[in-house]
Amino acid sequence: MTAATMKSRTPARRRWLYAPMTLLAAFFLFPIVFMLAASLKTDHQIFADMDSLKAFLPVGDVSFANYAAVFERVPFWRFLANSVLVTACVTGLGLVVNSMCGYALARMRWRGRAVVFGFIIATLILPFDTTIVPMVYLVANLPWIGFEGLRPVLEIGWLNTYHVQIIPFIVNAFAIFLFAQYFSSLPKGLEEAAAMDGAGWLRTYWRIIVPLSKPVFATVLILTIVTSPATWNAYLWPLMTVQSEELRPVMVGVQYFFQLDTDWGEVMAYISMITIPMVAVFIAFQRSFIRSIASAGMKD
Amino acid sequence: MAIARIEQTPKAPAAAPPPSAPAARRRRRGDFQRKEQRAARAFALPAIVLLLVFVIGPAVVSLAMSFTNARLISPTAPEFIGLDNFRRAFTEDDLFHQSIGNTFLFAALVVPIQGGLGLVLALLVDQKLPGRNFFRTVYFLPVITSMVVISLLWRFLYQEDGLVNSALSMLTAGAYAGRAWLSDPSTAMGAIVVMSVWQGVGFHMIIWLAGLQTIPEEVYEAGELDGTTPWQRFRHITLPLLKPTFVFVLITITIAAMSLFVQVDIMTDGGPLGSTSTIVYQIVQKGFQQQQIGYAAALSLVFFCVVLAMALLQRRLTREKD
Repeated sequence: MTAATMKSRTPARRRWLYAPMTLLAAFFLFPIVFMLAASLKTDHQIFADMDSLKAFLPVGDVSFANYAAVFERVPFWRFLANSVLVTACVTGLGLVVNSMCGYALARMRWRGRAVVFGFIIATLILPFDTTIVPMVYLVANLPWIGFEGLRPVLEIGWLNTYHVQIIPFIVNAFAIFLFAQYFSSLPKGLEEAAAMDGAGWLRTYWRIIVPLSKPVFATVLILTIVTSPATWNAYLWPLMTVQSEELRPVMVGVQYFFQLDTDWGEVMAYISMITIPMVAVFIAFQRSFIRSIASAGMKD
Repeated sequence: MAIARIEQTPKAPAAAPPPSAPAARRRRRGDFQRKEQRAARAFALPAIVLLLVFVIGPAVVSLAMSFTNARLISPTAPEFIGLDNFRRAFTEDDLFHQSIGNTFLFAALVVPIQGGLGLVLALLVDQKLPGRNFFRTVYFLPVITSMVVISLLWRFLYQEDGLVNSALSMLTAGAYAGRAWLSDPSTAMGAIVVMSVWQGVGFHMIIWLAGLQTIPEEVYEAGELDGTTPWQRFRHITLPLLKPTFVFVLITITIAAMSLFVQVDIMTDGGPLGSTSTIVYQIVQKGFQQQQIGYAAALSLVFFCVVLAMALLQRRLTREKD
C-alpha cells in the first residue's frame, strides 16, 4: 500500500462505521452478558430485572448461591473431567492418525493412493447426523477386550464406556484433507535428503515434517474442538450411548436442570460454567482461532 | 498390527554399499520404493480402518436397514420389507412431509441471511479502524459457545416474560404486546432462524474476511484512479473476486442448515404442531425414541440424497456462471 492510499483511507472518514459496529456488538453480546448476570441472581431477581438494563448488570439480590447449587445438583467436576478426557483423546489421537494418513496421501508413492484419496473426499459429504442411528446400532454390537482384574475378557457392546465417545470420532476426512493439502505445499526433496542421512519414513515424518507443519496442526486442533460433535460440545452422541452418570460429559449435564423443578438461576450458572473455559481458551489463542477458521475456507 | 508395521518399515539399510555400480543403484532404488509402499500403507492404515468401520460402515448398515423393519432393541431378527419404508415416508407420514418443508424453509431463510450478514460483518471488520480486533472477537464469540448452551439461553430469552419481549416493548415504548415466540406455530421457526444466524454468522464472517484479504490492494487502487465509487468497486471488483469464497460459504451453510437438529431438540421438540420439526429431528425421533431403526434408516437415505443433490446443484449453478 502506498502513502497516497494510506491517506485516502484514513480512519477519520470512516469513523461513523463505529455506530453500526457497536450496535452489532451489542446484538452479539447481549445474551452472553445476560447469562452471566442472571447466573448470580435468584429467579425472583431475574424476572424483576427483565424490563430494564438491570438485566445485564450484577445488581440487586446477587450471590454465588446458584453456583453452589450446581454442585449439589450435578457431579460437576466429574462431568468436566470426562469432557476434558474425551476432548483430549479425540483431538490428540486425531492429530496423529489424520496427519499420518494425510502425509501418505500427499508425499508418498503407493498403489491404491488415488482410490483411498477419492474415497476420503467422498466421505466429506456424508453428514454425521444421517448415520447416527445405525452408528448406535453398530457400536452396541462391537466387541471389546475388557479386563477383570488382569484377566482379559471379551465383551460385546461399547455402550456406556469412554471409548464409545472417543474411537468413532478420531478419524476425520476434512482433517486428512487439510493435512494432505498442507504437506504437499512443503518443498520437494525433504524425504530424499533425510533418506541420504539414513532416516526412515517414521523418523522423517516425526523429525522433519511435523516441526515444519505446526500451523496445520494448530488449525486441525482448533477446528476439531470447535466443530466436532464429539469434543467439548458433544451432546447427542453421549446422550444416546452413555447412560451411566460417571461417564457423562458436560453438555449432557444440562438435562439434570430440567427434571422436576427448573431454577433458571441455576441453569444460567451451569451454562456459564461450561462456557467460560472455552471462551477463556478462545480469548487466549484468538489469533490462531481466526487464522485456523480462515484457512479452512481457503481449501478450494 | 499397524503400529508394529510402522515400527519396522522406516529402518533404513544400516550400512548401504557405496552406490558405485549402476546395478547396485537400481537395486537400492527398488528397495526404496518397496519400503515406501509398505510405509505409506502403514501410515494410512489406521485412518482407513477407522473410516471403514465408523463412516462407511454405518452408511452401509443404514442402506441395508432401510429395506427392513429393524428395531433398535428387538428379540426378532429384522425382515426384508422391500420399499415399504420409502412408501410409508412418501405417502403416509404427514409429519415427515411437513418436516421436509420446514427444513427447506429454514435453509431458504438461513442461507441468504447468514451468508449476507457474514459478508457485511467481514466488510466492517476489514476496515483499517482501530479496535477492529475487538469487534472480530465479539462477533465470533457465539461460534465458540456450544449450540446446547445457546439453545437453552435463547429458549429463556424467547419466553413470554423473557428478555426479547421486554426489549421490544421498551423499544416501542410499550406499544408492543409480548408473545411466547416458541409456542406460536407462526413465529417458532423464525425465532430459531434468528438464533441460529446469531450463533453461526461469526464463522462465515471469518471465511469472507479471508477471501477479502486475498484481493490485492493494487486492484482497488487502480479502481480508485479510474474514478469509481466505493459501491462500483464493491460490485465490480470485490464481488467477482470473492466467487470461490461464495461457493464455499453457500455449500457449508446449506449443509449445516439442512442438518438442523440441536436447536429444535432443546427449544421446541419439533412443536408447536410440528412447525419446527425437521428431517434430522424426525430421523432421531423415529430411530431412537421410537426405536424404528429401519424406518429411520430409510429417512436418512432420503436425507442424504437431498443434501447430495443440493450440493451438486449448487456446485453446478455456481460453476456455469464462469
